[in-house]
Amino acid sequence: MSDRLSVMKTYKLAIGGQFPRSESGRSYEVVAHDGRFLANAARASRKDVRDAVVAARAAQAKWAGATAFNRGQVLYRVAEVLEGRAQQLVDELAALTGDADAAAVEVAATVDRWVWYAGWTDKFAQVAGSVNPVAGPFFNLSAPEPLGVVGIVAPQGSALLGLTSVVAPALVGGNAVVVVASETRPLPAVTLAEVLATSDVPGGVVNVLTGGRDELAPVLAGHLDVDGLDLAGMAGATVDELAALEVLAAEDVTRVLPAPAAEPDWTRVPHGVERIMAWCDVKTVWHPKGT
Amino acid sequence: MSRYAVDLGAPTWEYAPAPEARDLARLDTVPQGRLFIGGAWVEAADGATMPTHSPATEEHLADVAVAGAADVDRAVAAARAAFPAWSALPGRERGKYLFRLARLLQERAREFAVLETIDNGKPIRETRDFDVPTAAAHLFHHAGWADKLDWAGLGPAPRPLGVAGQVIPWNFPLLMLAWKVAPALATGNTVVLKPAETTPLTALRFADLCAQADLPPGVLNIITGAGATGAALVRHPGVDKVAFTGSTAVGKDIQRALAGTGRRLTLELGGKAANIVFADAPLEQAVEGIVDGIFFNQGHVCCAGSRLLVEEPVHDLVVERLRRRMATLRLGDPLDKNTDVGAVNSAAQLARITELAAAGEAEGAERWDTGCALPERGHWFRPTVFTGVSQSSRIAQEEIFGPVLSVLTFRTPEEAVAKANNTPYGLSAGIWTEKGSRILWMADRLRAGVVWANTFNRFDPASPFGGVKESGFGREGGRQGLAAYLSSAPSAGGAA
Repeated sequence: MSDRLSVMKTYKLAIGGQFPRSESGRSYEVVAHDGRFLANAARASRKDVRDAVVAARAAQAKWAGATAFNRGQVLYRVAEVLEGRAQQLVDELAALTGDADAAAVEVAATVDRWVWYAGWTDKFAQVAGSVNPVAGPFFNLSAPEPLGVVGIVAPQGSALLGLTSVVAPALVGGNAVVVVASETRPLPAVTLAEVLATSDVPGGVVNVLTGGRDELAPVLAGHLDVDGLDLAGMAGATVDELAALEVLAAEDVTRVLPAPAAEPDWTRVPHGVERIMAWCDVKTVWHPKGT
Repeated sequence: MSRYAVDLGAPTWEYAPAPEARDLARLDTVPQGRLFIGGAWVEAADGATMPTHSPATEEHLADVAVAGAADVDRAVAAARAAFPAWSALPGRERGKYLFRLARLLQERAREFAVLETIDNGKPIRETRDFDVPTAAAHLFHHAGWADKLDWAGLGPAPRPLGVAGQVIPWNFPLLMLAWKVAPALATGNTVVLKPAETTPLTALRFADLCAQADLPPGVLNIITGAGATGAALVRHPGVDKVAFTGSTAVGKDIQRALAGTGRRLTLELGGKAANIVFADAPLEQAVEGIVDGIFFNQGHVCCAGSRLLVEEPVHDLVVERLRRRMATLRLGDPLDKNTDVGAVNSAAQLARITELAAAGEAEGAERWDTGCALPERGHWFRPTVFTGVSQSSRIAQEEIFGPVLSVLTFRTPEEAVAKANNTPYGLSAGIWTEKGSRILWMADRLRAGVVWANTFNRFDPASPFGGVKESGFGREGGRQGLAAYLSSAPSAGGAA
């Protein structure tokens, strides 16, 4: 047995391609399933949320403007890099949940899910769009476009696969994301952010915040520059809690994916384009035909 | 002397009146003080009624029922009772009911056109050539979807949601009914529909068609009333799906009211569309498009091209041609087939238009209108154009919903995009240029649900319509519009 002391990792936020601590200087203890100390995670503030939204807005147009094929290659690159970091993520998940076998399954499923969504970037517009046979001499085309900035409260239980299952589909269509990670299991989200930063995902396209879910979610919901709100991580919240968040979102007609009654088993949730389309609006363009 | 020796440079534009026959509306058959619930005409529980007037003459047309909470309950219960059988009906059979409704509407098109014109104030030319035929087209289009939903791209065997509560505006009363009712019924939902306070008559007349088509009782219920009736309907716990077309302010209220309920919602809200004219545009066509964009339906159009963005070098030329064209618009009796601009729908709307136009002047914009004579009775507003409008002016930011155009200028495509997108709205936009690559470049960047290039204000049942940003969410029309009324099998918990 080596007597070398291991180098512990500092888990920070991911905002605009940087990895800052919370501007508030706050942190909180993340503990393993058996209660032992794992790390201090940054406890993001409302100011961190606002900074993250600014970063997301600044990055979004370029991400959406990249070709769909290019976005697909970048998201596939995430899977490649993730594969190489698999053991670290398995260790983090196993420490948090105490189930090493399930952790290995979750990480493998996560890699596969990135591959699956990577393949959608240059296909879903054909599935969701249409050429419309209008009753007149017009070229009439409908195609999905990204909303812009999507705010996500990530699933609290499935800290990596659940997170991936809500973040990746928002990226497919060209949105930028501000995601609040699982409060008690934030470490895989920070590691995933490091993977994204080394996978050609432009800085600011995915911003990861750790901290108090109930402190951060209302700031995200009420932010006027957030165009879509995913409440996947609010599963099990009371109707009043959910209503309060959705009321904040209504202030600027933010599109909301409501919270499920209970967190689903993300390994079993069927794949579809629903979450890609939830963060897109269909644009229809008309032009006359003539000589 | 040649028979062509007329001075074509100075047309007189005199037209003899050509009024459509008012009797066709059969106003005497309007069911006074009755709601259409469960296939029967019933009074409001408290017997309340309200009058509806002609905006063009201010004459009293009918007294319609005002549905209260008890009536909303009753209508939702009727729709709920009808839902199991209606949703279980083979799509082919549901479709045949909608085909019947489409045909019945076509057969009675003239009657509906006249009734709509009298109740709404819009020109008969528009109800006859646009509102009624397009409404029938929506019914016909969606009828064909009813047995083809497996091919709608929503997964296998998509299911209807249940009872749809639908609230529609006064600007296209019958057409908005068709936009809402056709997809809801085709997909197997049942409906409680509330027409607008000032334009209830064509919706009540549509109930006649339901009876003639033998539509099962309770599948479509029509309740009249004002804002309180609509508020009660969209908040009713027995409603599974809410669809609203109207103002952004009310849309936000509804979104707040439904917060936390998990009920499905689509909103088609306000707009402040930019109509962008480049120097290389076909200017005669562009001027027609500008006029159609803002003066169609007296500008009571959520997607109206109410902000004209003109490339600087052609500003003066476009404004001059626009004024010349506007001077030929005929304002007056909506029943006259020559009329281009009808009456403003209500005194309240006229007051809002008047107030905003005054604000435009106060903020320094130059006001010009056609100076045409206005009828003595009724609510009227002359086609008006403001030049020298700044981006921050209220008339460049707020939806006027009237025949008032604000003109701004730009120098580069980038500036045009920035100005066009500089509102909380995002319903529609127009582009006028002969350069195809620029059209597509612009269309990619304009934040709007519908982009009209070298045309404006085109609508079709096969073409999805709806907004982005604060103009709402959800689409109406085409395959994409069906999604608003269906749930695909694995939706609970969010499919990944």
